[in-house]
Amino acid sequence: MKKTFPKWTLYLGLIVLYVLHNDLWLWNDRTLVFGLPIGLAYHFGFSIVTAVLMLLLVTYAWPKHLEVEAEGGHEQ
Amino acid sequence: MTMTVIFVYLALVLAVGTLSHKLFRGTGEDYFVASRSFGPFLLLMSLFGANMTAFAILGASGEAYQEGIGVFALMASSSGLIIPTVFYFIGTRVWSLGKRHGYLSQIQYFRQRWDSDGVGLLLFFVISALMIPYILVGLMGSGITLNQITNGQLPVWLGGLIVCAVTLAYVTYGGMRSTVWVNTFQVLIFMTFGLAAFIVIFRKLGGVENGMLMVAAKHPELLIRGDKIKPLQLLSYTCIPLSVGMFPHMFLHWLTAKRASTFRYTLVFYPLCIAAVWLPSVLLGVMSSSINFPDGKMPAANVALVKMISVHAPGILAGFLAAGVLSAIMNSVDSQVLAISTMFTQDIVRHYGLHEKISEKQQVWFGRLFVVVIIAATYLLSLFVNRSIFNISVWAFTGFAAMFPVVAAAIFWKRSTKYGAYASILSVVALWLYFFLTLFPKREETIGDAGLMPVAIILIVSAAAMVIGSLLTQPPAPATLEKFFPADSAVAAKRGSRKIHA
Repeated sequence: MKKTFPKWTLYLGLIVLYVLHNDLWLWNDRTLVFGLPIGLAYHFGFSIVTAVLMLLLVTYAWPKHLEVEAEGGHEQ
Repeated sequence: MTMTVIFVYLALVLAVGTLSHKLFRGTGEDYFVASRSFGPFLLLMSLFGANMTAFAILGASGEAYQEGIGVFALMASSSGLIIPTVFYFIGTRVWSLGKRHGYLSQIQYFRQRWDSDGVGLLLFFVISALMIPYILVGLMGSGITLNQITNGQLPVWLGGLIVCAVTLAYVTYGGMRSTVWVNTFQVLIFMTFGLAAFIVIFRKLGGVENGMLMVAAKHPELLIRGDKIKPLQLLSYTCIPLSVGMFPHMFLHWLTAKRASTFRYTLVFYPLCIAAVWLPSVLLGVMSSSINFPDGKMPAANVALVKMISVHAPGILAGFLAAGVLSAIMNSVDSQVLAISTMFTQDIVRHYGLHEKISEKQQVWFGRLFVVVIIAATYLLSLFVNRSIFNISVWAFTGFAAMFPVVAAAIFWKRSTKYGAYASILSVVALWLYFFLTLFPKREETIGDAGLMPVAIILIVSAAAMVIGSLLTQPPAPATLEKFFPADSAVAAKRGSRKIHA
């Protein structure tokens, strides 16, 4: 596995995103950003950030052993 | 013109389903999981398509019409995070176990994981009972869509019947292979035409910003969460997407992957696909409140999107978008029906009595028979049910999500036992019935005024029941653990041999 991002930092990233999903600070904000209400724009951006985190997960923390186990072997 | 487009589209769906049948290998494994042969693109399209129900297309816009932009955070962005995470931790492992042990249904896995026919049978009944309202959502959505988009020319019952007939044709004919090919075709259709209709409508209204300013003038409360959605509701709603971990059709689609690495593409693109579909749906729903029904008196929330299209994008584009909505609906109905028919064939017919006698060909015919029975029964039921699509869906999702500890424990917790599984499932049944009977008649989805979703409470109790039930009973047999945790057993054996040598 490539060591650029240790697995635990990416798992932590998932938890951080889960917390950031609760954007209480934008609850009653009516500002428009790129024509969208800020509460909506934030969550659209959130979806893009999620995709980036998923890309890091599949690149640096992929469970490779599953492929071996599926064929009936064990990863050494 | 609209009718013509819809019927041409349905004919194309049938053509794709029929053509993909040419690749059919005639075995049970091919009918139910397409011989585990799909690559990254087909897996993404099928998983995404199977999850995009009328709930997402019609329900989201209808709910946005009533509750405002907060609906996107509530279901779309939370699903974009939770669903790929479940695919990463659960889906890939289910695929590996499925390939290793030749599973064709989730019941087979749970039954063997805990050495218990009883757990399998209980899950079969609970999952089937929860799937019925979920399939109903699709059939009701298709009838409403066709009725609205054709200005009442096609009655709701006939629209539902046409969709049932088309779905029935390609699912019974080609099983999973046809289903996934059709799903892929349909996802591409609904994303393309959805985007086209969205652009046309908003251009007519002078752009997104102008549209939002119109909403700000008439219904400013829809541009914020305010009191319409409570913070605790947003937090507890994130439990709902966990339902994908227990959906039988998701399980079945996971098994169709060629390799574990096939999931990579899906994980990355899933959040983007969800956002791309939900953003226009929510925006059109919010806009509908200020343009089509400024007094807030719409006949039913479910028709918000359809009305918006028929008013602002009539003619051929309305037909295209109706086709898009129909494809989203059929995408999930086909997978759900196929999943239930797989469970009937594999977990009832084969497991109880006909295991030795039933040939590959007979398996396929049993599968087809159950598809016919399920579609017919659900269609008849859809004629008598008259509730908001969104409300029905949330209750079905609640039940599946609350059973998430069952699949999580099966995969990650070696010490979990069948009694823990019983306790977990039964706690879900009891609490689900309690909340459903208490809240549904009042058309409420949350407990009290704080916005807490019942799913959060049921999930916590279900997880606690799994832990307590397992710890109070005998651990699983070593042979079972060896079968399901081969890597751990190999490491333990290696450590043991090192000790002996030392």
